[in-house]
Amino acid sequence: MYQHTRFNNKNNFFQKFGNLDYVLLICLLILGFISLATMYSTDGGAVLFHTRSHFIKFVIFFSMMIVISLINIKFWFSLGYLSYGIILGMLIWTINFGITASGSKRWIDLYFLNIQPSELMKIFIILCLAKYFHRMKAQHVNSFYAICFSLIIIFVPMSLVIIQPDLGTSLLIAISGIVVLWFAGLNHKYFFYSCLFSIISLPIVISLLKPYQKLRVLTFLNPDRDPLGAGYQIIQSKIAVGSGGITGKGFLKGTQSYLEFLPEKHTDFIFTLYSEEFGFIGSVLLLLIYSIIIYRVIRIGALSRSYFAKLFCYSFGTSIFIYIVINMSMVLGLLPIVGSPLPIMSYGGSSMLATMIGFGIVMSAKTHSQQSIA
Amino acid sequence: MINISDSATKLNSLNRRMFILATAKIIILGGIVSRLFFLQVKENKKYLTLSDKNRIREWKLPPIRGEFKDYFGNTIAGNFEAYQLHIIPEEIEDFRYVIYRVKELLELSEKQFKKILRKKNEIKPWETLIVADNLSWEKFSKINNHLYDLNGVKPVISISRDYPYKENFTHVLGYVSQANENDLLTNENIKEKFVPGLKVGKTGLEKSFEKKLIGSNSVERYEVNAYGRRISQLAFQKGDKGETIKLTVDTKIQELTNELLKEKAGSICIMDIYTGAIIAMHSSPSFDPNAFVFGISQDEWQLIRNNPMKPLVNKSLSGNYSPGSTIKPIVALSALENEIITPDFTVQCKGHKNPLELYGQTYHCWKKEGHGFVNLRGAMKQSCDTYFYEVARRLGVDRLSDTAKKFGLGEKVFRDIFDNEKRGLVPNTEWKKNALGRNWVLGETIITGIGQGFIQTTPIQLCLMTAQIANGGYKIYPKIVANDDIEYLDKFTPLYKKARNIKIVQDAMFSSTNEIRGTSYRSRLDDPKYQFAGKTGTSQVKKITERDRELDLKTFEIPYEERDHALYIAFGPYINPRYALSIIIEHGGSGGTVAAPLAKELFKMIIDRHEIRKNYDNKKYLDI
Repeated sequence: MYQHTRFNNKNNFFQKFGNLDYVLLICLLILGFISLATMYSTDGGAVLFHTRSHFIKFVIFFSMMIVISLINIKFWFSLGYLSYGIILGMLIWTINFGITASGSKRWIDLYFLNIQPSELMKIFIILCLAKYFHRMKAQHVNSFYAICFSLIIIFVPMSLVIIQPDLGTSLLIAISGIVVLWFAGLNHKYFFYSCLFSIISLPIVISLLKPYQKLRVLTFLNPDRDPLGAGYQIIQSKIAVGSGGITGKGFLKGTQSYLEFLPEKHTDFIFTLYSEEFGFIGSVLLLLIYSIIIYRVIRIGALSRSYFAKLFCYSFGTSIFIYIVINMSMVLGLLPIVGSPLPIMSYGGSSMLATMIGFGIVMSAKTHSQQSIA
Repeated sequence: MINISDSATKLNSLNRRMFILATAKIIILGGIVSRLFFLQVKENKKYLTLSDKNRIREWKLPPIRGEFKDYFGNTIAGNFEAYQLHIIPEEIEDFRYVIYRVKELLELSEKQFKKILRKKNEIKPWETLIVADNLSWEKFSKINNHLYDLNGVKPVISISRDYPYKENFTHVLGYVSQANENDLLTNENIKEKFVPGLKVGKTGLEKSFEKKLIGSNSVERYEVNAYGRRISQLAFQKGDKGETIKLTVDTKIQELTNELLKEKAGSICIMDIYTGAIIAMHSSPSFDPNAFVFGISQDEWQLIRNNPMKPLVNKSLSGNYSPGSTIKPIVALSALENEIITPDFTVQCKGHKNPLELYGQTYHCWKKEGHGFVNLRGAMKQSCDTYFYEVARRLGVDRLSDTAKKFGLGEKVFRDIFDNEKRGLVPNTEWKKNALGRNWVLGETIITGIGQGFIQTTPIQLCLMTAQIANGGYKIYPKIVANDDIEYLDKFTPLYKKARNIKIVQDAMFSSTNEIRGTSYRSRLDDPKYQFAGKTGTSQVKKITERDRELDLKTFEIPYEERDHALYIAFGPYINPRYALSIIIEHGGSGGTVAAPLAKELFKMIIDRHEIRKNYDNKKYLDI
């Protein structure tokens, strides 16, 4: 029996490789390639800082994802609370000793790299809540205690990020958390009432917003209000996307980005540039790749035996979907501008690190799909 | 067991909710795709236009101005290549070093240097800074020799206005200078073609023909980035040069008029008596219009402005003068036409001792001793004032003014070509009643008879009047633009009742120049080829008092401002006349001694040049 297990274990390593979701892997590689090509275009058709850095990060984090996927899901399950606590500590550290850039303290200096803990929190809050609800009995999910506790788990990091200040990321953290609550089986009426409540309290919230945030909301409602100021980003982004047409202007030929009309083209507005150069067809193709990725993530969840893995995969897939939707709606002028990167595509190490950790855990759930967690 | 059923419930709820969300996701995805479709397919055209508007910007270049040619095709206002020095500040590594080096090489004064630095601060770093707009060849080549040291400095050759004959044509052509706000407001055409550094006509023909001369801008289309920096040139659309305008003037004669009027204030107008073509028209003193092209310095400007001889006034067109005795041919003609007198009508001129007396006012002849008994011919010859007092008294001012107006006095000669042309004034009883509200008095008629009083004429009007007497009394329309082919219906209609009357006046003018005791006898030319007939005039600036009459001062003894204007009108050659002229020397003294001698010089050249002009018309020169 013992020997059998050992033999099995040896075999297990290769088996795990065989068990990786290759469709998901290939899709991620394609996405990485597209993002590198787009980054190359933002650098004006040359391998400059952004392209090089993005490439290095992609390679490191992709390898890391595979390593993570080979580690038993049980390990990640056990890490749930601890990692949440560490990130929370990092957020507190950020507030005190963070690096200030463009008016907000978001980064901490880890000597070999600057990291943005708020991005990591988007993933680890899912991990933490998934672990929390995994243990819970069905009838306890809607108990007052459980709701309160889970809301505190969401609210603490969210408020820590808000005071950085970084409204966009804190909203995304909250959304990630709420998604887990939804999947965990929280009563529909809570969502309904809180929705109602937030709509009613919206004017009060708006009055509490910082002036630049208020401006963004107003600008979203009418971009032509101040076409050279606050509305500039939305207008230029729409022009870039719209002028792309069906087939796009061609690789490296996006005039809007090339001539620097596009703001933040490396990060939040990367899709604009992509869409300008590759047009409607390219954009739909990109959406298709994202859809496949999300589908695979959810499928892995569906095939997993453990509730934790399912909950994590569903929530992670849905969160990724929401990030994509928010980012695209923003650049297409459907939502006000909040800082939210497009997963994998956007330049930014922390965001990619978080996303890749997420995919790693999902993949781990795939390789250990038969693993049940007590 | 409970555990299993519990986890089953949980899983059920999880999967159910996943299904709900998946449906929602598909709907949302559909929404994004449709938004993309809307922007990229449906509204594509709109955004493509906006994108092009973003990235493409046009730069207008100054148009190349049309030229002015004289009758023989010589360029009298052309374009030359100005040597300029441009710097684009951002392309220079060490701006301070370069600009000091340039200052050293060009020997710029502190003031000029400061002006350049101020200009530099006003523009964006990628815009062109014009350090020097008109360098001499020496300095330009000096810069070129030191280019290795002046990274980013660009020697540029740009097209600019040039007046090769300097002050000769200033009052005819006017001058160009930087367009200012006023030019933009008043002229749509300039506004449309405006670019910084555009030069537009400020006076004269340069101003009147702005629309034809200005040409059209060349357009450079550039791709620019979000900050307005040019990235690449997409297209270059060459503009058209402005029209070239050929004038009727003869540069050689114009230069002579300038020579003759040197150091004097006055005007000379010369006209073809059949075509009305202006052969020369000069107002003195003049100034060099080239000084205005790149902006005149304050000192130079003050010098021109404060000159008591008024170089800025075009005396040929805007100088209103009393015609003095030069009006006498018209007075005589009017009297003959109205059959007030016959050529044999005689008046006794008794000199200063016995002036003509009327209602207590005395009217003196210019000659102290008097002329004795004079008929029309004699009176014109010696310019007897007493005779014309009497004729004017009999004629009346209204009939006189009718004739004068018929011959072109009191009206703009060039209609609307020159905006500074004055109408002059031919008074009559009705005019005085309307303008001054008082009745005409006989004394005013009498002095009008010798061209004093209210009557005012411009030199060009006198020239036209002479021309129309010389051509036998036919109406002509003066022109200065050669191919101005406006057909006037009343061109060449007779202005007389009896052709013989014109002949009598012409003959009287002949006697004045070519017979002994004629006022301009000393300026005559005996060769029949050049022989001309004229009439002198001396117009008083100030009323002559009894004291003045007793003193009888020489011209140079009187203060400049109080000296008489000297006038002369003439036509020639006497047989088969072809040209008429008018000369006025402000405060020059008597017409016979100052103005008439100039006519002698002029007619020699005018008639010599006539052959050349005729041959040029027949294109004989082109056949060779």
